[in-house]
Amino acid sequence: MTTESGTDSEAKQPQENQEKRKAKAAAEPKSPQNQPEQLPAAAGHSTPARKGQQEEDQESHRSSTSRLSKSPLRGVKKVKIMQCKITLLDGSDFTVNVEKRAKGHVLFDKVCEHLNLLEKDYFGITHRDIENQKNWLDPSKELKKQIRTGPWNFSFNVKFYPPDPMQLIEDITRYYLCLQLRDDIVSGRLPCSFATHTLLGSYTVQSELGDYDPEEMSSEYVSELRFAPNQTKELEEKVVELHKTYKGMTPAEAELHFLENAKKLSMYGVDLHHAKLVGNLYESLAPSEGEDSEGVEIMLGVCSSGLLIYRDRLRINRFAWPKILKISYKRNNFYIKIRPGEFEQFESTIGFKLPNHRAAKRLWKVCVEHHTFFRLVSPEAPPKKFLSLGSKFRYSGRTQAQTRRASAQIGRPAPLFERTSSKRYNMSRSLDGAPIMENHETPAKDGTADGAAKVIAKGDIITTVTTEKKAEEQGEQEDFKKDATETTEPATPLRLDTKDTEPPPDVVKHQTNVSELKRSFLETGGGGTPGLTEWEKRLSSSPLRSPRGDEAPMIEPLEPQDTEDELPVGNETKDEVGPKGTVAAGYLVKYVAGSIITDGATSSGPHGISLSTTMDDDVFVDGTLRDGVEDKTPDSHEEVLVVKVSPGAVRQEVSQAISDKKGTLIIFREAEDKTDDEDNETAVPEELETGEKDAETFKEDSSVDLKSQAAAVKILSSKVEIKTGDETQIKGIDSPKKAMVSWISEEETVTEVTGVKEVDEINTSNGLQQEAEIFTFEEVQSSQLKSNLTQITVSEPSAAVSTLGWVSPSQKAPADQEEKEAVVRETETAAAKQTNLNSVEVAANDTPVVHTETKTITYEAAEVDRNGDADPGVLLSAQTITSETTSTTTTTHITKTVKGGISETRIEKRIVITGDTDIDHDEALAQAIKEAKEQHPDMSVTKVVVHKETEITPEEGED
Amino acid sequence: MANMCPYGCFTHAVVRSIPETFGKAVGEGRENGETTVDLAKAQRQFGCLTGALRQKVGMQLIEIPPDPELPESWRIEDVAVIQGDTALITRPFKQQRRSEVEAVRRVMSELSLTVVEMGGEQGDSGGATLEGSDVLFTGREFFVGISSHTNRRGAEVLADTFRDFAVSTVPVCGGARLRNVCSMGGPDTIIMSSSDGAKKTLRMMEQLTDHHYEVLPVPEESASNCIYIKGPSKRDFLLHRPAEECPESVSAFQKLQDYTLLPTACSEASKLGASLSSLCLLINRKHTYF
Repeated sequence: MTTESGTDSEAKQPQENQEKRKAKAAAEPKSPQNQPEQLPAAAGHSTPARKGQQEEDQESHRSSTSRLSKSPLRGVKKVKIMQCKITLLDGSDFTVNVEKRAKGHVLFDKVCEHLNLLEKDYFGITHRDIENQKNWLDPSKELKKQIRTGPWNFSFNVKFYPPDPMQLIEDITRYYLCLQLRDDIVSGRLPCSFATHTLLGSYTVQSELGDYDPEEMSSEYVSELRFAPNQTKELEEKVVELHKTYKGMTPAEAELHFLENAKKLSMYGVDLHHAKLVGNLYESLAPSEGEDSEGVEIMLGVCSSGLLIYRDRLRINRFAWPKILKISYKRNNFYIKIRPGEFEQFESTIGFKLPNHRAAKRLWKVCVEHHTFFRLVSPEAPPKKFLSLGSKFRYSGRTQAQTRRASAQIGRPAPLFERTSSKRYNMSRSLDGAPIMENHETPAKDGTADGAAKVIAKGDIITTVTTEKKAEEQGEQEDFKKDATETTEPATPLRLDTKDTEPPPDVVKHQTNVSELKRSFLETGGGGTPGLTEWEKRLSSSPLRSPRGDEAPMIEPLEPQDTEDELPVGNETKDEVGPKGTVAAGYLVKYVAGSIITDGATSSGPHGISLSTTMDDDVFVDGTLRDGVEDKTPDSHEEVLVVKVSPGAVRQEVSQAISDKKGTLIIFREAEDKTDDEDNETAVPEELETGEKDAETFKEDSSVDLKSQAAAVKILSSKVEIKTGDETQIKGIDSPKKAMVSWISEEETVTEVTGVKEVDEINTSNGLQQEAEIFTFEEVQSSQLKSNLTQITVSEPSAAVSTLGWVSPSQKAPADQEEKEAVVRETETAAAKQTNLNSVEVAANDTPVVHTETKTITYEAAEVDRNGDADPGVLLSAQTITSETTSTTTTTHITKTVKGGISETRIEKRIVITGDTDIDHDEALAQAIKEAKEQHPDMSVTKVVVHKETEITPEEGED
Repeated sequence: MANMCPYGCFTHAVVRSIPETFGKAVGEGRENGETTVDLAKAQRQFGCLTGALRQKVGMQLIEIPPDPELPESWRIEDVAVIQGDTALITRPFKQQRRSEVEAVRRVMSELSLTVVEMGGEQGDSGGATLEGSDVLFTGREFFVGISSHTNRRGAEVLADTFRDFAVSTVPVCGGARLRNVCSMGGPDTIIMSSSDGAKKTLRMMEQLTDHHYEVLPVPEESASNCIYIKGPSKRDFLLHRPAEECPESVSAFQKLQDYTLLPTACSEASKLGASLSSLCLLINRKHTYF
């Protein structure tokens, strides 16, 4: 890692550029920054040294004028406007002004707006760097950081070629895709046979010129169009021949035909990169006799399904995403770690040498993005910087699943748009083409997203995600499912990385009481291993641990140094991962839920399975895990957002599911104990102060109990508000949607914990509320009986799940009669837990509330009971058990649901510890968690929520 | 792609009769003394094959007369690879076989196929050799077995010729030819020998492909080479080795639903390392886009 980590690389690039610039300084007074503005430019020349400085602290100074001395004064007010020229797909240029500090998405959005394009996630903006290599603009990164030299010229391109263009919603989107493909073909990037050139050319003619008209069209009419790199008269004649047969075909139809044929080309959507083999090639290469594969020139092709390896035009190997455990780069090298095959015991790492470091990074980014876009349900969160050595770059846009889901909502009438003529393809443009040769141009994104931006993105993602799951399912094929089933957990990847992991260390870092609790929680659970039981399970099933797992796709975008180096890195990540892992699980679960619902609607069989499968991608998991661990606050925000959002999304889905009767299986995992804790911490104090609910803390929500949840983050607040609204509604109604609400309500309950009475009310009022309570329990218990349930269970080991689960069960109960409850087992476990807890003196743990600050934790056993009771009423399969000791009240809620052959068991434990200040609540909680884990070795703790209230204690005489 | 339609639709078959010199000049590495072939029997079997293609399946048959100077010219599969309306005239490994292509090239032109030359005209072949018996076209992609007779350069030329398709190279074990261990048994079905070498090849094919194929394993290697044709009548025909030649594999073919099975003997040609598919080139003249 010493030098080559991604971060380093990023740092390096600027340096390199700087040097170059310095060299060129005189020649090129217009450094990117200054270029538009005369003054800055002048400054630029005068002091090359300054440039360097500026660049180094681009962030701080960029906005300000180039002159450092003035920056403080002007910095705030002065906004630099840059003129951007974007070459569009039809060859025309679009000029737009943006602020210099604007992020990539600002420019992208403007272009899309200009193009009237809604399904924009397949597209991107490229910029040529000093080496004339195309790089994808990172939407979450400031433009000025991405454009270091030259004028602000860009081009608008298709970034992710949809494998099935039929699934695009709008004709206008297909039109732009066609334009891109035409250019790909004419330039030779997309090779095709003569027959294909003819066919595609004829559709192009029909689309542009309409029906063949012998009177208007001279014999030469097609000559002005370009169809192929080497266009011959014969080709044009054949095109005309075919064109004559298309009478009546609309432009949109012609484009559809064009795409239906183009998508079958073997090089469709393949992004090629030059490379050389490092080390001996793979047995599969089938080298010619006496040939040493070392140093052989090859091409790496990144596409929707994985990584293709070409030698000349021959495909010599292929690694589907599920086959790839990890991708990384170091210096000029790019590595992929391959899952062991059926007869192999160990994973293998294959290295490729790229022309330079930037090329290696570019390839790595493209891989990360393609994997995320095509394989994941939602983007993974970028790792926090300080703990991870590698690049924190992650794809922050929507995934294909999300964009499909989102675009399904497009309700506008088909926009009218003018198809411009393709005359732009003039001879000068045509290249002969070895498509392979053109790889150098592969674009790559730069940059990492900013925390804030990420959060936002996540929020969007989340919302969309739920919806999109369907899309994913549809689009995502059975492979996905298979993978999922096999892999079962997205967590696997994490584990792989983390095998040794110790989440505890990370926790320690956080140092909050809560964190300590968490840590203890984790530690206890793992029995030495930081991971939860569930985690362990996953690990065992994970490919790394057991060679058998073939299908689970996991890619970790880390930047490993050498293999050896990687190990350490892995450990680091591991630590982070541990905590995050839980979070990730939470995400996954949610998604799953969404997907499930949708699935139900759509449906194929194994909904439960699909859930887990969807989540499979390792990368995703890792990201989430990391986030959770690394940055408390930011993470918490993110997490919170996610959680909340998901509920919202879930709601709809749930409602749908309910209507469909498939909704039953919705489960949420929230391994986000940390997050919750964090949120709670922040929120809790406020809440306490306010007295009753945290609503105050939450700006908007205020009145609603749900608000307490809002505490999680301000950002969340908006969402929270919505949620609260839902909750209220939910309360009134016992619909599946309520489940979502319940989730929220759970959080609220936590906050409310202080005010026991309130909680009770909630419980009584709404079954949903019960769910919320359940949540708290879940968190405490962490582990669940899922082992029985196998797939489903696994996915939902955590407490978080329980909330959702609860909700879903309730919904299910009405909707799905099939659901069954394995209450017995659970109850037993619960009982055991309770006893343990009692010994510890843990009165009751309410999921929602965790405050180290306050010494007294107040919970009403009665409330708990009520909740439990209420839940059972709503949910057919739910059971609540309450046990009390002098100082501790434990409520266990066990829900078992069987749907579509998948059964899920969720255990939520709420432990209320009542006592004087003398009692070490943290310890008691840790104990309780530990015991819970011991009791349910098969299950993993998904969520732990701790709420401490000191002041209220007196009031809480309940216990 | 334009050329992409399910495998198996053929309208024409091109064959070349068995010459009197059958098995004589096989020469070179093979132990001539060891293999004794029955010319008359070989010709009878050839007749059965062509008869089945013409009368049972309903193909248009084009028969190129034999040339005594070219003892291996009956292995017509080796000298051309045809997909859609394009025929790649190959460059066989053995020098003495390279003149076999001339007659075939003429026929291809007469059928108004686009003829692509592998050697010669388009510049130096660079030592490229390719024989059709190392090429498996599945309807979606090409697999080229890198064998004693086919090299990577040859595969590159093929890839350059059929640009719409992925062309993957796979190792072929044990000195065999790719088509000796596998063949198409339907639009999505590959009949594969279950020998160890074939399994290795199959594993590589599975790794390289973007598609999913059903695999029909057969215990005997000789049984893995079949001819599948979806005839003009839209029925599925499978020409396979009869029970006498591969007793253990015949039952596997019964699994193919609604197929018309046509047991076709090929014992004499197989003594020379050939098989059913070696004897014919299949062409689809009713090529449609879509």
